[in-house]
Amino acid sequence: MEFFRIKKDIPFMSYGKLTTVISLATFLLAVSFLVIKGLNFGVDFTGGTVIEVHYAQPSDTNKVREELASIGLPDALVQHFGTTHDVLIQVPLKHNKMGANLSEQVLTALRASGEVELRRVEFVGPQVGKDLVEDGAMALLLVSLGIVGYLWIRFEWKFGLAAIIANLHDVVIILGCFAFFQWEFSLSVLAAVLAVLGYSVNESVVVFDRIRENFRKMRKTGVAEIIDNAITRTMSRTIITHGSTQLMVLAMLLLGGETLHFFALALTIGIMFSIYSSVLVASPLLMMFGVSREDFIKPEKTEAEEVLP
Amino acid sequence: MNRYPLWKNLLILVVLVTGFIYTLPNFYGESPAVQIMPLRSHLKADTQLLATVEQTLRDAQLAPEVLSLDAGSIKARFSDTDSQLKAKDVLHAKLGEDYVVALNLLSRSPVWLTEMNALPMYLGLDLRGGVHFLMQVDMKAALDKALESSSGDMRSTLREARIPYSGVTLDGNVIVVKFRDADARSKGEAELKLRFGGLQFDNKDAGRDYLLRATLKQQEKLRLQDSALQQNLVTLRNRVNELGVAEPVIQQQGADRVVVQLPGVQDTARAKDILGRTATLEVRLVDDDRQIGASGAAPFGTDIFKERDGTSIVVKKSVILTGERINDAQPGFDSRNNEPAVHINLDAVGARKFKEATRENVGKRMAIILFEKGRGEVVTAPVIREEIGGGRVQISGQMDTTEAQNIALLLRAGALAAPMEIIEERTVGPSLGADNIQRGFDSTKIGFIMVAVFMIAYYLVFGTISVLALGANLLLLIALLSMLQATLTLPGMAGIALTLGMAIDANVLINERIREELRNGVPPQMAISTGYENAFATIIDSNITTLIAGVALFMFGSGPVKGFAVVLCLGILTSMFSGVMVSRALVNLIYGRRARLNKVAIG
Repeated sequence: MEFFRIKKDIPFMSYGKLTTVISLATFLLAVSFLVIKGLNFGVDFTGGTVIEVHYAQPSDTNKVREELASIGLPDALVQHFGTTHDVLIQVPLKHNKMGANLSEQVLTALRASGEVELRRVEFVGPQVGKDLVEDGAMALLLVSLGIVGYLWIRFEWKFGLAAIIANLHDVVIILGCFAFFQWEFSLSVLAAVLAVLGYSVNESVVVFDRIRENFRKMRKTGVAEIIDNAITRTMSRTIITHGSTQLMVLAMLLLGGETLHFFALALTIGIMFSIYSSVLVASPLLMMFGVSREDFIKPEKTEAEEVLP
Repeated sequence: MNRYPLWKNLLILVVLVTGFIYTLPNFYGESPAVQIMPLRSHLKADTQLLATVEQTLRDAQLAPEVLSLDAGSIKARFSDTDSQLKAKDVLHAKLGEDYVVALNLLSRSPVWLTEMNALPMYLGLDLRGGVHFLMQVDMKAALDKALESSSGDMRSTLREARIPYSGVTLDGNVIVVKFRDADARSKGEAELKLRFGGLQFDNKDAGRDYLLRATLKQQEKLRLQDSALQQNLVTLRNRVNELGVAEPVIQQQGADRVVVQLPGVQDTARAKDILGRTATLEVRLVDDDRQIGASGAAPFGTDIFKERDGTSIVVKKSVILTGERINDAQPGFDSRNNEPAVHINLDAVGARKFKEATRENVGKRMAIILFEKGRGEVVTAPVIREEIGGGRVQISGQMDTTEAQNIALLLRAGALAAPMEIIEERTVGPSLGADNIQRGFDSTKIGFIMVAVFMIAYYLVFGTISVLALGANLLLLIALLSMLQATLTLPGMAGIALTLGMAIDANVLINERIREELRNGVPPQMAISTGYENAFATIIDSNITTLIAGVALFMFGSGPVKGFAVVLCLGILTSMFSGVMVSRALVNLIYGRRARLNKVAIG
C-alpha cells in the first residue's frame, strides 16, 4: 500500500506568498484572541480550590450551590464534570477565607444531605501560582533557546531561527484556541505545549536534513526546487508519522477521561498544526533568510588574524 | 552486508531479556499488607521483632502469605483485606505506641524477583490516591523571633556589665540601642560584639542620642533559616509517624518549603490537624526521692513520664521554664573532655530563672519534656552539677554524636518552631486513582493497536518488524521506569502513549527511505543498508530536539509534570535503541542471510 506516489515535485515554494498570508492571518487571529479574551488560567496558576466529588445518585447543581452558599461560599462555581454523578466545585482564592481547610468544610456541608465521595481536591495558594507561572515561562524560554542552539550547531543559524519561528507559531495557535474556547489552561496543558514544541521541531529537522542533503547532491538545481524536492520526498513520512502520533493522542483524548482531556486536546491541536507549519512556514522562512549552497559547502577558511597587544 | 555480528545480536538479546524480567513485577498486582516500623531510635526492626510479629499473628490465627524483614521495617502480606485489618489491630495491641503499624499494598511478585530488586513501577499520588501538601515555612517569623530574643538579651547583658543605656527597641529588622554618651556606646558596643557573634553593629547619631544599630549578618540569617527548616522537617517526620502512613515522603523543596506526601491517606482533616499542631517544651525538676507507687499512680505533686529508652521517671509538677525561653540548641562537644554535648542558649528571662533553679538544686536532676498531642516524653534528664548563669547551658555525658543531634533537634522542635502554612494541597481519592490507571492503560492499548494495524497494513513485513520494535520499546520503557523507581503519574502514562506515537517515527523514516532506494532501482540488500544509514542522522537530530524539551520540563516542572518529563526523556532513549537496533536485528534475521534477494515485502 502506498498513499503518496508523487511523480513530480510539488512546487510548494511558489505558493510561498499564499501560505505566508494564511499563516500570518491565523497567527494574528490567535494573538487577537489571546489579547481580547485572554487565557482561562486554571487553579494551578491563579490559585484557589478545586473539589471534585462523586454522588451515588445523580446530583442537582443548584442544590449544591445552595449548600455552599449556606457555609459562606455563594460565589463558588459548580458544574457537572463528565456525568451527572460527578460535580466540580471551584472556589477562587479571593472568596476563600478558610485557606487550606476549605475542602473539609465543603465536604462536611455536602455530606449532610447525601452520600458524597471525595474524588479530588486541589488547593493552590497565591505564592505557588506565581512560581508556576515563572517556571513555565522559564521552561518555554529554555526550550526555545535550546532548540535554536542545537539547530545552529547542527545546521546553520537560519535553520534554527526558521524552525523556532514556525514552531512558536504553533504554540501561539494552541494558546489562541485555548483563549477562543476559554478552555482551562492548566499546568499539564503547559507541559503539552512544550512537548509539542519539541516534537514539531523534529518535523522541521527532517525537512532540513533533506534540504542539506539535496544541496550536496543536486549541484545545479535552484534553491526553491531543492526545497520543493525535500518537502515532496519527506511528505509521505510526515503524514504517516503524524498520523500515528495523532492516533495515539486521539485515543488519549477519547478514552483518557476528564483529567487528561485538555492535555490531550492541546497535543491534538499542536500536532495538527505542526504538520502545516514545519512544511509551509519553516521552509518559506528559510528562503526568506536567504539559505544558499554556500551555507553548507564552505570555502576553505583562512586563519583569523590575531590582535596582539 | 545486512548481518549483525554475534555480539550485537547477543547484546540486544540480553537487553530485551533484562527488560522483560524487570517488567514482570508489574503484572502480578498488589495484595493488602501490614508494615511495622519502630518509632524510637533505640528500637530496631530485627529478627527478634520478626519473631514477635510471627508469634502474634499465629496466636491470632492469621497466616501471612509473606513475612519479610527489610531495612527499617517488617512487612506482612495477606490474601485479603479482612485479615490485613485484623492483623493491624492485633499487632497494634501487642506492640503499643512505640511502633507504627501501617496499612500498605505490596506487590504479589515472587520472592526471586524482589530479591533481584525488580519492583513494580512506583505510582504517583494521582494514580494510587493520597494527599500531597506543600508547606511554606515562615522565615520572616523565624528571623523576627531571633531578633526579638536578641534584643531582650542585650538589655540584660548591658545591665550585667553596668553600662548605662536609655533603651533597646526593635525597628523592623534592626535592633536599636540608645546611649546617652559616646563613651557608654563604645563600651556597650565592645561588650555586645563579644556576646552576639551573629550580629553586625554600626553607629549612628540622632539628635542628642547616641545610637547603636544591630542587624543579622547574612550568614547568620542563612543559618537561622536552615535550622528552622531542618527543625520543621524533623517535627513533621515525627508527626507523620503518628499517622501510620506506610511510605510517607517529607522533603525539602527550595530554601523555605517542605513537601509532604502521604499515599493512601484519605482523612485529610486529621492529617492537617496533626501536621499543623505545635509542640511545647517544659523544663522541670526530677523527683528522685519518691518512687512510683504499686498502682503505678504518680505521687502527689508529680507526674510520671517515659524517657526515650522506655524507663519511667517521676517529675515535679512545677515548671522551671517553657520552650519559648530557648533561643537555640545545637549539637557540639564538651570543651573539657571533648565528649559529644548539646549546647542550649536561653533568652534573658530564661537565663535568670534557670540560674535560680540551678543554684538551689545542685546535685539533683532536671528533666526536659517535649509535649505533643498532650502526651509528654522526657527528651533528656541530666544532673545539675553547678549553678548555671548567663543562659548558656551544656548537656553532656553518656551520649554519642547522633544522639546529641537528635536531642538538639527535639529541643528546637519544642522551641522556636517557625510557623508553617499549607500553600498547596492535592488530594486524590482511591477510586479516582484506580480510574486514572484504567483510563491511562486503555488509551495506550487502543492507540497501540490502531498504530500496529496501520503499520502492518501499510508496510507489510517491515511494518510487522516496526510494530515488534515498538513493542520492545514499550517493554524497555516500563522496565526502565521500574528499575529507576521513577514516579509514574497520569501525565506520565500519557507520556508513554505519546512517546510510542513518536517512536514509530524512526521506523517510518527508515521504511520510507528503503522504499525510495528501491524505487530508484537499488537492489534490496543495498536498499535496506543505505535506508538505515541515511535515516539514522535524521533520527538522532529529531530526537535530540524533543529531548531538549523533555529536560527543560524536568528542570522546571513540578509533581505530575515532572513525571511526564521523565517518561518523555526515557522514552526517547529507549525508542532510539529499539527503533534502530532492534528493528535492524530483526530485518537482518529475516533478509540478511539470503544471498539472492530480489524482492522485499515493504508494501
